[in-house]
Amino acid sequence: MNLSPQLEQKFQQLIGNYPEGRQRSAMIPMLIYAQDEIGSVTPELMEEVAKRVGVTPLQVEEVMSYYSMLHRKPMGKFHVQVCTNISCMLVGGAELWDQACHKLGIGHKQVSEDGQISLEEVECMGACSWAPAVQVNYDFYHFVTPEKLDQLIDSLRKNAV
Amino acid sequence: MPFNEPNPAEVRIISQRFSLENSASIDTYLANEGYAAFRKALEMGPEAIIEELKASSLRGRGGAGFPTGLKWSFVPRTSPKPKYIMVNADESEPGTCKDRLLMQFDPHQLLEGMLIGGVAVDSHQGYIYIRGEYRYLIPIVDKAIEEAYAKGFLGDNLLGTKFSFHVRTHTGAGAYECGEESALLESFEGKRGIPRIRPPFPAVSGAYQSPTLLNNVETFSSVPAILRMGGANYAGLGTPKNGGTRMLCLSGHVNKPGVYEVPLGFPMMRVIEELGGGMRNGKKLKAVIPGGSSCPMLKAEECDIPMDYDSLAKAKSMLGSGGMVVLDEDTDMVRVALRIMRFYQHESCGWCIPCREGTTWLKKILTRFVDGMGNENDIVMIGDLSKNMLGRTFCPLGDAAAMPTIAIIEKFRNEFEEYLANGPRAAVPQFAMAH
Repeated sequence: MNLSPQLEQKFQQLIGNYPEGRQRSAMIPMLIYAQDEIGSVTPELMEEVAKRVGVTPLQVEEVMSYYSMLHRKPMGKFHVQVCTNISCMLVGGAELWDQACHKLGIGHKQVSEDGQISLEEVECMGACSWAPAVQVNYDFYHFVTPEKLDQLIDSLRKNAV
Repeated sequence: MPFNEPNPAEVRIISQRFSLENSASIDTYLANEGYAAFRKALEMGPEAIIEELKASSLRGRGGAGFPTGLKWSFVPRTSPKPKYIMVNADESEPGTCKDRLLMQFDPHQLLEGMLIGGVAVDSHQGYIYIRGEYRYLIPIVDKAIEEAYAKGFLGDNLLGTKFSFHVRTHTGAGAYECGEESALLESFEGKRGIPRIRPPFPAVSGAYQSPTLLNNVETFSSVPAILRMGGANYAGLGTPKNGGTRMLCLSGHVNKPGVYEVPLGFPMMRVIEELGGGMRNGKKLKAVIPGGSSCPMLKAEECDIPMDYDSLAKAKSMLGSGGMVVLDEDTDMVRVALRIMRFYQHESCGWCIPCREGTTWLKKILTRFVDGMGNENDIVMIGDLSKNMLGRTFCPLGDAAAMPTIAIIEKFRNEFEEYLANGPRAAVPQFAMAH
């Protein structure tokens, strides 16, 4: 599998982070960094990672299926994650989730028709004291109101081309 | 404090640098007592460090509250195997958001705590396991690591001694279970995050079957201050056996939610009134979850209580991870019970049956309750199933699901009965909880 120079460099750095013979530790970081670039965890990627850390593709598959942030199918360019766990729920997180579903016309782990925006109802992401919270890719948005969510989605749509 | 205003009632020990400009930089850290404790640690040596920690009565800030000095003393430092320092930065107990701040605004404090751990157990390699959702922190912590190498606080033969220490960050990929120490180690080794049977504990056999000193971010971050001020002085900030300060993550129905550092034993009602600025919209207090969603909630009349490990244990709850969630009189407790269970069901790793099946069935029953199809027998069954799960699982996730559920059923049974008679008190959002 051909990797971009940046990803190749990242992979080598990750492999070097662990003691000799313990390269399997690099597997999860490799999968998630590669997914960020490629868009999803593909069979080719799993094979490549398996080769590099010295396990079988099946062992990568087994790990991949466990972690909620690793996806087999590409999510949107903007992956909108709405927290509805307890602290967020108490201050309107579940209503924000409903609003996002209605506005985007998609549901949990679905992608908009143009492939640009995807939606996920997520568990606690560690923004409880600044709830309700939304994450777009890795960026946090705190104290989200219905108006702010509206504006956020509108601005994502504008940037989505 | 970034994200929320500091409060005069706080005692800021580990968050003291948060408001400084460029608080994450090594220059700011060095100008504010940074790495002084590490120098001291090198002079003190392992026994004296561990004694100081024992004197501080520091207890684990991740949830279990185990005495840190004792934990450090369990690591066989003369073992011929390599020893590892592992930081649990997989903060994911609902209600908890403090480790994020400690890494974002004072990463050098964490590195210094790890270095002291390295001296104490003769380890030369540390890792910081950061949850995948906290990706933005990795460049921040990596930059701090780079700075520490450049200034000679990480690397070989540090400060003219024979002591060497290296640190790397490691990212998870979304799994609450990986906050449990043995599952974290499995995940770190590139496997599914399922718990290991213990003993042996990680102190003896952890990462790569080697002795591993594994603590929460806040625990390691508290160590430099302890060496600087002395264990006894640190202990004196809190209450007996509950030394020092801790970060409280206040959320829910208060006017000023936020992360605040308070001495152990700080009264819960003062947290709500003074730090939290009182209840939102002038509502009455109904209940408090003291330390993350796995902790049994206290009813309003039980909330006149000091926030420390032992007082909360006496009240049959826990200080847990410091995630204090405040619920007002309008809160729908049945929905709260379902939301909590849905989380643990989603996060159950599936390794052991009582947890996998227990959380699944409890979620199903609670869902049907909220959907208006519950019956009298369900209330009994929710309590029975939870009690049967308690203490019968490999790791504490099963307990974490059972404990709050048992408490809700016992303390707010009337609300379940009202649900049967009248349905939900307010409209339940359409799509949330639909999967």
